[in-house]
Amino acid sequence: MKSNTVLQIVIGGYLVLFFAYLFLPLAFMGVVAFNTSSIPQVTPWEGFTFHWFGVLFADSQMWQGLGNSFIVAFFVVIFSVSIGLGATLFLTRMRFKGRDGAYAILVSPILTPGIILGISTFLFWDKAFHLSGGLWTAIMGQTTFISGYCMLLIMARAQRFDKTQEDAAFDLGATHGQVFWKITLPFLRPALLSAAALAFMQSFENYNTTLFAIGFEQTLPIYIGSKLRQFISPAMNALAVVFIVLTIIGAAVYEYRRRRESVAAG
Amino acid sequence: MRKLWQDAKHNFGNIGIIFILATVGGWFIFMILLPQLIMIDYSFRPLLPLRKIGGPEDVYTLKNYMVLFTTPLHRAIFFKTIWSSIIVTFVAFAICYPISYYLAKMARGARFSLLMMGIIIPYWINELLRLFAWQLILSDVGILNNILMFLGIAGEPINFRSGNSAVILGMAYAYILFMIFPLYNAIESLDSNQIDAARDLGSSWFRIHRRIVIPHAKPGIAVGCIMTFMLAAGSIAAPLLLGSPSSFWFTQLIYTNFETANWNQGAAYAMVLAGLCLIFIMLMLKLFKVSLKELTK
Repeated sequence: MKSNTVLQIVIGGYLVLFFAYLFLPLAFMGVVAFNTSSIPQVTPWEGFTFHWFGVLFADSQMWQGLGNSFIVAFFVVIFSVSIGLGATLFLTRMRFKGRDGAYAILVSPILTPGIILGISTFLFWDKAFHLSGGLWTAIMGQTTFISGYCMLLIMARAQRFDKTQEDAAFDLGATHGQVFWKITLPFLRPALLSAAALAFMQSFENYNTTLFAIGFEQTLPIYIGSKLRQFISPAMNALAVVFIVLTIIGAAVYEYRRRRESVAAG
Repeated sequence: MRKLWQDAKHNFGNIGIIFILATVGGWFIFMILLPQLIMIDYSFRPLLPLRKIGGPEDVYTLKNYMVLFTTPLHRAIFFKTIWSSIIVTFVAFAICYPISYYLAKMARGARFSLLMMGIIIPYWINELLRLFAWQLILSDVGILNNILMFLGIAGEPINFRSGNSAVILGMAYAYILFMIFPLYNAIESLDSNQIDAARDLGSSWFRIHRRIVIPHAKPGIAVGCIMTFMLAAGSIAAPLLLGSPSSFWFTQLIYTNFETANWNQGAAYAMVLAGLCLIFIMLMLKLFKVSLKELTK
């Protein structure tokens, strides 16, 4: 009994430490955004201000980077989810020799460091199409590995698919199109949606691949990177606060909907 | 081949085949195969002025790769990167194993979803900003130095960023999600009865983990270690933001080559990095006796 109490304390202590490790740096970074001091720091506290948010929102480069990030993410989501779906159909429905090899090749971009994908994408489009780095090469570089994630997500659901449903539809004279739109796609819909969400997040946050692929254009992470490497201003802390607030709102909405659904279901 | 075609036609119809060829074919040829081949081609060619490209001097050579062996500084940075990435992987595993086990086998209900959300939330905040948080903590005027000096432990600011420790710390912080999820998935699939049975028969908790949980979680451990090592060795953001001149990372060598438009040298070093990650993956697969198929379940 006694050792049980000790164990509880150890576990509780570990959890507190773990989440402190996870959240304190973020909380600290957020607090700094409200300090008047032009050097990002907590001490000395020179007074409370919203000034750095104004500085951030007045920065046209930030808005341009944000816009570019949305453009890139939009295309990456469309390409990656389509490719993930195509690869799932290809790998789960076809029986052929070398299927394991094909699978290994298609997951390989996930296991490759992002900078390598960025470099090879940049060199390829430059050499083959004389297209120098820009938003298109960033889209291509990101799609290379994000498609792999989408494929794994969609495949996980496709493996639980009951193929007899399709066979029955075919026997009753349905066309391939009808079977796909009425049976396969509805079944895969949840996986396609989470693949789209994942693709968006991955694209929006990507730095490594984009840095090498994008040339002189900027997405939001590239903008953040260049700011943090130059003169550091609390405007970046203000940006972090925006991210944190949006994330918490997103999490709260998600949790609220989940609870409402589980109440409705239960 | 004929059978394959009929099979495909039976399964997908013409439009389906076109869709699959366009997506999977396009992905494989234009994003995976050709870019890699072009990069390999670059890596084996010398850096030449534009007018000499295609001329008699434009022949395949190992020169770009030899630079790594003949430049002691580059060699040192290369091995430092390997060693530090292994440390990052170990630290991440040590931090993440308990929380993964707790989430998979002990946390229940509302507490579970709260903790799960707590782990995911930081990952919605840009990686660069997460590293920036550590920059603020570890800098000369940062909070850590302030606390140490306030407590009288340090007389003057300690330069935490002089060695590799800041980079390693930042990476272990930035990539733990990629360790937690594979571990959690693997441990979660273990039948809890096995743990209960072992405990009823008098096994110590250490023995339970060593003999039951860890062997079962092998594929998850392998994935977590591979992802973390790959992210650490291939990270450019962490060394750029948290590093100092003395903590130069191998990716920074590659970056410098690209900034100076030496594509050939950069491509060769990128190939070395890719080879390193491939070797690490092979080693982990051998060590944990799992196949690639199990890895990505």
